[in-house]
Parts: sequence; structure tokens; C-alpha cells
Amino acid sequence: MDFLTSIDWMQMLRCFIVGGLICIIGQILIDKTKLTPARILVIFVTTGAILGGLGIYQHLVDFAGCGATVPLTGFGNALAKGAIDEVAKSGFIGAFIGGTKAAAGGISAAIFFRIYCISYFKTKNEKTIKNGDFLSVFSFFFYFMHFLQFLQF
Amino acid sequence: MKPIQTKKDYQNYVEQKSPNSPIIKNCFNAFWVGGLICSIGQIIFNYCKYRGMDIQISNTIVSIILIGLSAFLTGLNLFNRIGKFAGAGSLVPITGFANSVVSPAMEYKSEGYVMGVGGKMFTVAGPVLVFGISASIVVGILYLIFNTQSITLV
Repeated sequence: MDFLTSIDWMQMLRCFIVGGLICIIGQILIDKTKLTPARILVIFVTTGAILGGLGIYQHLVDFAGCGATVPLTGFGNALAKGAIDEVAKSGFIGAFIGGTKAAAGGISAAIFFRIYCISYFKTKNEKTIKNGDFLSVFSFFFYFMHFLQFLQF
Repeated sequence: MKPIQTKKDYQNYVEQKSPNSPIIKNCFNAFWVGGLICSIGQIIFNYCKYRGMDIQISNTIVSIILIGLSAFLTGLNLFNRIGKFAGAGSLVPITGFANSVVSPAMEYKSEGYVMGVGGKMFTVAGPVLVFGISASIVVGILYLIFNTQSITLV
């Protein structure tokens, strides 16, 4: 396949290592301190936004690709970068528009898929698969494939 | 058998008897699961680039697909097991963000749709959004004042 040959495997390795290292930092914070997961996520996002605002995080993104953008620090970086771009474009009001605009896709997707899951899966404590609820599993999968088609995959 | 006399002896004794902290194992699991999730993202990103989309759209598509997959796995009750196994490995990537949105809402489904699902939806992910967006506003205003990114490593 043409696509497989176009993948840069060194890039993939850097992505794997950097993404893994960021997760190790999170794991050390969980094991060594008494911070709750929500606090750790907040720390990661805020750190990412600060580093993004200082322009440091972009170098990590250039180096590791999705290894830097997929962890929540990358989410913070996207927020800060969106704010900066929008300020450069439309002035003061951009500080209030830009960040949320950059994160809009992720937030909307989270809400959208959640609504879908709520309407198709039972509550968390019930074992969906063991109840033989294959219809909901299958329909979600089917639906997901349609979604990919809409994205022109 | 010698009796344990000093405090230091006792500490050594406890350290010998207590099982080793599994932090190395936890870190290893977090490393490879987190790295794997990022690599899946990278593959999707490369495919988007291969189809000729620009970088920002590609990043959005990567996060949408990863969030969708993790919502799917949360609904199947599989993501909790991955989370127990990998710890921060599944929490720190954007998949954990989606899981934290999906999971509380599914627990509160019995409280009704408006206050149960709608109200409790962002119990875990809410702080992330609040602090992230606040930080982005501050960054935007600072950029407006100084009109430059103050540190730019070449």
C-alpha cells in the first residue's frame, strides 16, 4: 500500500517514547503524591497551556508529533495556540474566542459520543457484553464507521 | 533471633517484610499503553496527511476519533479494566478525558436526563476545561500586551 510506505517509522518511535514518558510523569504523580486524578489532569492541561504560551511546547510537537499532541498537555497547548492565533487575527476579543475554538472539536465530540453511549449502553455497573446486548455494540460500531465516512476516510 | 531495639532497626525490618512498591511496574505499563495510544493517533494523523488535510484539521480528527473509540470502550465496560491496568497510561492521553466525561454520566443516568446526565456530565472533565480555558485566556491577554512569545528557543 502506498500509505504504509509513506509512514515515517522513526517519527512513530519518537511519538511512542515521548507519549510514554509523559504518561510516566503522570503515573509517578499518582503513585508518589496524594493528588486525585482530576487534579493531575488539571496540572497537565495548565502546564501545557503555559508551555504553549511560551512557545516551548511547539518544539516538542515538531519533534514527536502526536506523542506530544495526544496527551492532555497537547490539549492545553492547542488552547493556548488557538488563543494566540486569534489574538493576532482579531485583537482583544480573540483571547476569549481562540482557546475554546481550538478545543471545540474535542469537547463537542466528547458530548456527542457520550449522548450516543448513554442512549445505547446500560449503566456502567451492568456488564453490557455479558447481557448479550450485541445489538447496541454492533450498531455503535456501524455508526462509527459511518462517522468515518463522513470525515471522508 | 535478635529483638528489635531501635527505631531504625524497626524501619529496616518493615522495609524488608513489606512487598516492593509496584511503581516500576506501573510506570512500565503506563509507558507502553500511553505510547501505544499516541502511536494510534500518529497513524490516524499520517493518514489524514496522506489524504491531504491540513495540520489543524488532522489534529481535530485525531482527537475526535480517539475520544469516540474510548467512549465506545467505556460503554462496553472495557476501559475501566484498561485504566486499572495502565493507570496514567490511559488517563493522561485525551482518551482519559473522554472516559471521565462518559463514565460519571453513565453512573448518573438513573437521576434523569437533565440533572443526571446533563448536570453530572462534566464532574471530572469540567475542572480540566475550566482551568485549560482560563489559562488560554490569560495567555491570549499576555500575548496581546507583550505582542510576542517571550521565550522562543530557536
